[in-house]
Amino acid sequence: MRHIGEKKINKKLPFVRELCQNYVGIDPVDEMIPVRPVIHYMMGGIDTDIEAATSLPGLFAAGECACVSINGANRLGSNSLTELLVFGARAAHSAVRFAEQNPTVDEEAITAQAAQEQERIREQFFRPGKGTETIASIRTDLNRALEAGAGIYRSEESLKVACDQVRELKERYKSVELADHSLTFNTELIAVLELGSLLDVAEAVTHSALQRRESRGSHQRSDFPERDDEQFLKHSLAYQTDGDPRIEYSDVTITRWPPGDRVYGNN
Amino acid sequence: MATTDTQSSTKTMKLEVFRFLPDEGEPPSFQVYEVPYRDDWVVLDALNYIKDEIDGTLSYRWSCRMGVCGSCGMMVNGEPKLTCSAFLRDYYPQQIKVEPLSYFPVIRDLIINMDHFIDKMGEVKTWLIPAEDKPIEDGEYLQTPAQLAKYKQFTMCINCMLCYSACPVFGQNPDFIGPAAIALGQRYNLDSRDGGADERADVLFSDEGIWECTFVGECSEVCPKNVDPAGAIQMAKVTATNDWFKSFLMPGGRKKSGGNK
Repeated sequence: MRHIGEKKINKKLPFVRELCQNYVGIDPVDEMIPVRPVIHYMMGGIDTDIEAATSLPGLFAAGECACVSINGANRLGSNSLTELLVFGARAAHSAVRFAEQNPTVDEEAITAQAAQEQERIREQFFRPGKGTETIASIRTDLNRALEAGAGIYRSEESLKVACDQVRELKERYKSVELADHSLTFNTELIAVLELGSLLDVAEAVTHSALQRRESRGSHQRSDFPERDDEQFLKHSLAYQTDGDPRIEYSDVTITRWPPGDRVYGNN
Repeated sequence: MATTDTQSSTKTMKLEVFRFLPDEGEPPSFQVYEVPYRDDWVVLDALNYIKDEIDGTLSYRWSCRMGVCGSCGMMVNGEPKLTCSAFLRDYYPQQIKVEPLSYFPVIRDLIINMDHFIDKMGEVKTWLIPAEDKPIEDGEYLQTPAQLAKYKQFTMCINCMLCYSACPVFGQNPDFIGPAAIALGQRYNLDSRDGGADERADVLFSDEGIWECTFVGECSEVCPKNVDPAGAIQMAKVTATNDWFKSFLMPGGRKKSGGNK
């Protein structure tokens, strides 16, 4: 950024300068910024319609956890905030409408279900001396598995390894034990529940990516570098089974912008 | 490079951390943890290391790790800091004392109860109350760069509450509306699109509002985003005084509060 000059940097990129100064200890006015790849955004998510409704009645999703599919195969910078504002409001309106249309709830059934879930959590994670795994070790191994197998460039080989590793990690997850058994602000419990969800998402990502034998947006296969609209102009839908997830496909509705090549410069 | 890494990984550092576990019925205490020292680690990295590798019961709030979310504010050696930007290298080799933000009730360990702060934001109405309602088809509410400049600084607030823990007035009177809520009130009062200054006046100019502030200025000193809440409060005092005089000089004069837009 050194060629841009201090004045322009302060005006157009003040946050970038602040981040560099406070966190990397360099000033981009005079120095080069070290750059490396990171996860930018999760394009997939919980399948919703444009009113934020999922296939489960009464469950609505918005933001990065959802997939309304407005971002296609690669989100452009800053679009997630506007997505959140628009579909967050729609989710709220939809939820209000749903509540109005379904005024009676079976409180007894809900209480029983909650008690059952609490018992499940207690049995799975609060069992002194029985668990052998920690949250940190599984999370670190999951990071490594996905970085290596489902990172920027993927291949059949790397994805198969990642699928196997995620399967093993799901097995190890069953043996996690928590140090914290408190019922007051138990952040370790939140972390272990999130880790379970991370493993589910990782499984959906790796298996969908393995079966998508093409390159599109952020999904780059070194063994299938071209986009293949004939076979894969589709949404991948992952369904949980007793074993590996089942991957199905749904059609993509193209309105104004057909898929094109991502080109840089004047190509 | 490799030698520096190896060298720094053998160094360690001690953190003396405030513990409070209400379920156990024990009084609060301090626990000392030894963590690896790394040049590029911040206090939050050290806490995460403790939680992952030493003691899973240590509890604290955090999220973004880059000074944007405002969740990880704590007292570091007695000063309110975002732990994501408090580097170990600035304290090494001394032991670091980590406590929950001052003047707030503690729920557990380093986690404070922020309900009162959230309520204050609601009382001040820290959101845009449109001066005129117009249909979406009529397009955007346009603003000149000069109009934006009037309030832009105050939009940088990330609700981290460091300013409350630095404020001796809040320490004495927990009902004081406080630096961030007043600065955010000013943020909207000074916005040319906003018409809510009168609605905010009752709270901002109340006994728990701006007049409580004795202009210690610590709030602006500790603000990680250079918001200058102390400046906002003094500005609000001037506006309030002008409005008060105007209410004598011209009937209905107070109706135009909120400063120059």
